[in-house]
Amino acid sequence: MTDPLDTRLGPLPSRATPLSYAPSSSASLADILERVLDKGIVIAGDIRINLLDIELLTIKLRILIASVDKAKEMGIDWWEHDPSLSSRHTGDPLVEENRRLREELEALRRDRLEPDAPPEREQPRRRAAPSKRNAP
Amino acid sequence: MTGTEPTLTYVYAVAARTPGLGEVLARLTGVAATPLTLLAAPGSAEGAPAFAVSQVPAADWNATALKAHFEDITWLEQTARAHHQVVEALAAHTTVLPLRLATLYEDPDRALTALREQYEQFTDRLALLTGHTEYGIKAFITADADSDPLPTGTVPAVSPGKAYLRARKAQQHAHEEHHQAAVRAAQQLAATAARYAAAYVRHPAQSGPLARDQGENILNDAYLVPDEHADAFRADIEQAAAALTGVRVEITGPWAPYSFATPPAQPAETGTGARGAPT
Repeated sequence: MTDPLDTRLGPLPSRATPLSYAPSSSASLADILERVLDKGIVIAGDIRINLLDIELLTIKLRILIASVDKAKEMGIDWWEHDPSLSSRHTGDPLVEENRRLREELEALRRDRLEPDAPPEREQPRRRAAPSKRNAP
Repeated sequence: MTGTEPTLTYVYAVAARTPGLGEVLARLTGVAATPLTLLAAPGSAEGAPAFAVSQVPAADWNATALKAHFEDITWLEQTARAHHQVVEALAAHTTVLPLRLATLYEDPDRALTALREQYEQFTDRLALLTGHTEYGIKAFITADADSDPLPTGTVPAVSPGKAYLRARKAQQHAHEEHHQAAVRAAQQLAATAARYAAAYVRHPAQSGPLARDQGENILNDAYLVPDEHADAFRADIEQAAAALTGVRVEITGPWAPYSFATPPAQPAETGTGARGAPT
């Protein structure tokens, strides 16, 4: 990513004015968000987002650039119910659809295989308790 | 801005004043496609801290609007990139302290008051960062599939299931070793980098959706490198990286000193000691 910069900027990597846009256009979004949202000076502005919201935002962004698995370990799973994160933020509606279909498949499979499943026919239509194997 | 609709003052960075700074700002475009201006205490000297600001529509940048915007990754990306471009262009020209995204004041006067209140801290920090540039070093574990395929045919006569499990175990063991070797290599690299740096910060490894396609990130450091050492720093890192197996190394930057704009909270001078900073 920085190879072209290397050759163009030569011995003064950060002081060559006309080329200064090169790194920003090539830097990854994760790197930029990490710095712009998590680093840099915080000074008290006039416009403040409610502290709680900021914490929430920080957590959300941590999840975007840090590990979802770790967040799950910590018991944070609300993004799975947050439409802005579960569909838009992971980028692809297909991912969301895929997840939903997988849940349905799982539910159907469970109904077939569980020997002690209740005989009522309404069971397969229920979408409740996805991915919990022994949920009633 | 039309001048009629209410605006807020968006601050991008603290910049050390230079004769050409106004011109640099005039060429830039900020968030929401707004023009940049310099906000400085009247009569302040060369090198004194000043704010790079732009006027943004209040309706779109008040607390309520911001809260909604922050949920929108598209808006967030555009805004973050616009903010970053301004910071970057300024950093190419003078010493800057980047501010966190969306630092907003009611008007330029209020922003100026904030600048005055922290004038000394800003001045000190600018002096410390002058002539330094931030670089990122990231290390990723490379795929080890080639080095340890499931051995076939070499296993003596045991049942196929047992043979498979045995092979699987050997594979997992090899994978574990590969991982540990990569971590050791990354530590070695970090030690090399630290020799050139006035300070360094260890950021959490990136592994979320935004970073997923790059492989497992095991090192995500930021180094504050004196400009006269920048070439040697890069050359040495590249050389060290080439000699390492099992990891892919990426040098990012030059960055504005995002990771070093705020002095360390605790006296953690041993690990991130800002030694030898010129004044």
